[in-house]
Amino acid sequence: MELKATTSLKRPGRLGWGQKLGPLFGLLVIVVVVTALEPGFLSLNNIFNVLRQVSINALIAFGMTFVILTGGIDLSIGSILALASALVAGMMVDGQHAVMAVALGLIAGAVLGAFNGAVITYGKVAPFIATLATMTIYRGLTLVYTDGRPITGLGNSGWFEMLGRGYFWIIPVPALTMLLAFGVLYFILKKTTFGRHTYAIGGNEEAAKLMGIGVNKVKIMIYSLSGMLAALAGIILTSRLNSAQPTAGTSYELDAIAAVVLGGTSLAGGRGWIVGTLIGALIIGTLNNGLNLLGVSSFFQLVVKGAVILFAVLLDRRQNA
Amino acid sequence: MHIQLKGIHKSFGPVSVLKGVDFELLPGEIHALMGENGAGKSTLMKVMTGLYAQDEGEILIDGAKRQFKHPKEAEQEGIAFIHQELNILPEMTVTENLFLGRELTGPFGMVKQQEMTRRAREYLAELNVFMDVDEVARNLSVGQQQMIEIAKALMTDAKVIVMDEPTAALTDREIQALFAVSRALRDQGVSIIYISHRMEEIFDLCVRITVLRDGQSISTRMIQDTSFEETVRDMVGREIGERYPTRTATLGDVVIEVDDLIGNRFHNVSFNVRAGEIVGFSGLMGAGRTEVMRALFGADTHKGGVIKLNGKPIRIKTPADAIEHGIAFLTEDRKGEGLLLDFSLRENLSLPTLDKRAKGSVISKQQEETFAETKKQKLRVKHHSMEKKVKSLSGGNQQKVVLGKWLGVEPDVLILDEPTRGVDVGAKKEIYNIMSDLAESGVAIIMVSSDLPEVLGMSDRIVVMREGVVTGTLTKEEATKKKVMTYATGGQ
Repeated sequence: MELKATTSLKRPGRLGWGQKLGPLFGLLVIVVVVTALEPGFLSLNNIFNVLRQVSINALIAFGMTFVILTGGIDLSIGSILALASALVAGMMVDGQHAVMAVALGLIAGAVLGAFNGAVITYGKVAPFIATLATMTIYRGLTLVYTDGRPITGLGNSGWFEMLGRGYFWIIPVPALTMLLAFGVLYFILKKTTFGRHTYAIGGNEEAAKLMGIGVNKVKIMIYSLSGMLAALAGIILTSRLNSAQPTAGTSYELDAIAAVVLGGTSLAGGRGWIVGTLIGALIIGTLNNGLNLLGVSSFFQLVVKGAVILFAVLLDRRQNA
Repeated sequence: MHIQLKGIHKSFGPVSVLKGVDFELLPGEIHALMGENGAGKSTLMKVMTGLYAQDEGEILIDGAKRQFKHPKEAEQEGIAFIHQELNILPEMTVTENLFLGRELTGPFGMVKQQEMTRRAREYLAELNVFMDVDEVARNLSVGQQQMIEIAKALMTDAKVIVMDEPTAALTDREIQALFAVSRALRDQGVSIIYISHRMEEIFDLCVRITVLRDGQSISTRMIQDTSFEETVRDMVGREIGERYPTRTATLGDVVIEVDDLIGNRFHNVSFNVRAGEIVGFSGLMGAGRTEVMRALFGADTHKGGVIKLNGKPIRIKTPADAIEHGIAFLTEDRKGEGLLLDFSLRENLSLPTLDKRAKGSVISKQQEETFAETKKQKLRVKHHSMEKKVKSLSGGNQQKVVLGKWLGVEPDVLILDEPTRGVDVGAKKEIYNIMSDLAESGVAIIMVSSDLPEVLGMSDRIVVMREGVVTGTLTKEEATKKKVMTYATGGQ
């Protein structure tokens, strides 16, 4: 008993301050290093640029945070992004109103996600396997729908162009969308019964069930949320490129997982927070942007990015040991 | 082996856990180490076996000063430790678990599977334990898993065995088997340090008792010269009076009635519980008691039978349905099923009734805090902040948190599965009082327990199960230990 009392001081239940501040500290170090080498990095213009570049990965990673907090994983989000993107672009080409197309795109993402959730809960399939399969199915559906070719000619709806390319005052709209989504999701996770149940399921699913929490329902909603956020990211991407690419979003799930893990959320579930995920996404975005500014080859950038992730996770393990 | 611990001090940061403890173990004696949770028993044993180094004091083994740097070293010297927590690999068979880390190997490191299987079978038979050695540990009951753990330690040819609450999950028969083996080992000169909260067992098995309180050794007495009352007084530092509260509840109407309930591991189970009544469920491990309760609560599905609440048949398919109907269930596996160890006291207490502390689905922090605070006060969970993670609490306090959580549901039917397992004397008594108060206020209580004195002491009626069927129902007046055991074992 005595031993437990002392170890728990070192390793608190959710996240301790060390774990919470660690990622932020890491981000600051990277910003300082990049700025020292290339002072242009800290210009307001470039900061908003980074935020815009980060927005798509961050949106996906927010959904992934919920999923990972329950102890699950969602590999299908890159494919959902592509399928939603293609559906929205297709509707716009057919002359559908942009608002309608976007709404239907988001619903499609939610439904695809809910299907993941249903397979995982009622089908009792491990999340990794279930979403590995649907990742392939959704990508296949995208290729079937687009016939493997980009969809262009979306018309010129000013409203739709805003989503990916617009500015609100000096802030890029994608960055604003991402920050708004962050605010809402932070509130949900921290203040609502749904958020509490998310942590409870990840902490101990059996106990959560025995306390009358509708574990299956909550999980389906979480995978649905993840799908919807991927669709939102897809819509932003579509607007930005003014077209839908059948191979869009390939391997985006890995960047999202990286952001979640960099933020200190445990892959075992039950421990973590969404602020960390935002910081994790910013770390990846800053690295990409900084290395570009410094003229590092894109091949070598991958090596650096991977090394940073490995380093961060090793550091986190040492803290936990 | 003769072990002497002299003036042991040990602090963790500012917290001083051991403040000069003396303890002596003679060759061939079974020595009980008692004390409330947090008294320092586990820490003392960990110092003795080299997991912690003491700040002050010395350890003498057969008269010579000795300091183990690591538990492995103590093990090699012949000191085996049976931990309270199970260290069983659930996906491995009984044999594989028994021989883990010391597999019998032939040429080229080939594992001698048949030889190990044969030896495992022999060994368990010697312990009077009967289980399929090829069965995967996951499919065994907690009691059976515990027996594997015990068998593992006994296999090491130890000279000293430390047993930390070995019987918490065992049935009477398994306990008797363990005692028989312990006595046989004692007669061969093996010493045993026996840590337990169960008085009857200690007085049955041990020769001497050392009591710790607040990190100090209070007394060492011969069993024949002491009594329950004296030992309890040494442990808590005051008189605690009768162990079981005097029950005065008047029984009301039948609240819950179960007719011919059929499930996976039980069939045609019928019983009822009236308002204000405590019905004890007794039986051997694996008799199906927990399974019946899980079905009643909707944690498992049942195949047939009727559950009636206040005379009306109800359908229970999930725990949420049961809670809706005012049924609460405290599970036997507190850490695995009862609590979210990473959650704080507040979050655990409010979880089953979180909807009531929320507007829409936004949690009202203030309402949640008030609710949790009231429950904490009522159950006297002491010295802990609401924000503390429950995994750092003692067993007794954890159990109170689980109880408090369910009281928030304001249940009409409260099912308690092993409510005092791993809980110290003081907290046990408090839990009994809470049960008694609840019964008084008209709650129908079902208590599944493998602690026979507890069942006899607390129940108004006792339902006994054996191999999935109810073999007898006894009233408080007619129940004796012998009668209950007869029904539980099928009469020998």
